[in-house]
Amino acid sequence: MVEALTIVLAMGVTRGWRSALTGTVAALFALAAIVAALGPALTIVPIQTLRLVVGALLLVFGLQWLRKAILRASGWRALRDEDAVFVREAEHARSAVRTEHAGLDWYAFTVSFKGVLLEGLEVAFIVLTFGSAQGSIPLAAVGAGAAAVLVVVAGAVVRGPLSRVPENTLAFAVGVMLTTFGIFWGAEGAGVDWPGNDASLPGVLVFVLGVSFGFVTALRRRRLALA
Amino acid sequence: MRRFARFWWDFVVGDDWRVAAGIAIAFGLTALLAATSVPAWWLLPLAVAAILWLSLLRAVR
Repeated sequence: MVEALTIVLAMGVTRGWRSALTGTVAALFALAAIVAALGPALTIVPIQTLRLVVGALLLVFGLQWLRKAILRASGWRALRDEDAVFVREAEHARSAVRTEHAGLDWYAFTVSFKGVLLEGLEVAFIVLTFGSAQGSIPLAAVGAGAAAVLVVVAGAVVRGPLSRVPENTLAFAVGVMLTTFGIFWGAEGAGVDWPGNDASLPGVLVFVLGVSFGFVTALRRRRLALA
Repeated sequence: MRRFARFWWDFVVGDDWRVAAGIAIAFGLTALLAATSVPAWWLLPLAVAAILWLSLLRAVR
């Protein structure tokens, strides 16, 4: 969401807010339509199959997030610099040719639309998977909506890229949570009986956290040894 | 069409396709073990830790 906000802010500041915000709203409608269309379809899938598929998807997404966050936390990959991304996007926007369709600056509209849609698609999948596995897609959508409002309000207050947001810490936390739920639901879907049923979920969370911090420490030592 | 397929590949599989393949294999082994009388809850967490570590090692090599 922070990445999408940076793109929209760059378009708004350099090319005008009307086209940037129209692109953003159009992308939000597209995302809402995806959740509304896929949500009811998921409720007819048997819960065991659903948890297997949802668990696998959450694990694939969660490990992608966690992998990047661990590499950044251990110094093997540069931290994402929202200020630099903002400057780069703004430079591209200033040099782009202005073409108008339906009274909108097409560059600002399409870049904002694509930025919000692509970044939001991951959120939509998380809403669908968490919501369907717990039987409440609307509640998961409300949670995601609240997070989006929070990011937009922060962006409106700052009127610039959210460079002070501890983005890697957030990515690390999201990766740990997705991986934890992915392991838990995926294993249940594969036919596993967890000791203590739902009570073992905190145990899985502690395991994933411990492993992740252990990997950060090990990779940091490895980097220092090579330096 | 090719760009569409590429987008979904990047979206789902990400930087390291071996992670997705490893998860698929881990799920298969977990399901096989769960079908026996042996407790299978420990297998997926350990497999995920191993998959993540191997992927990280490849990234820093």
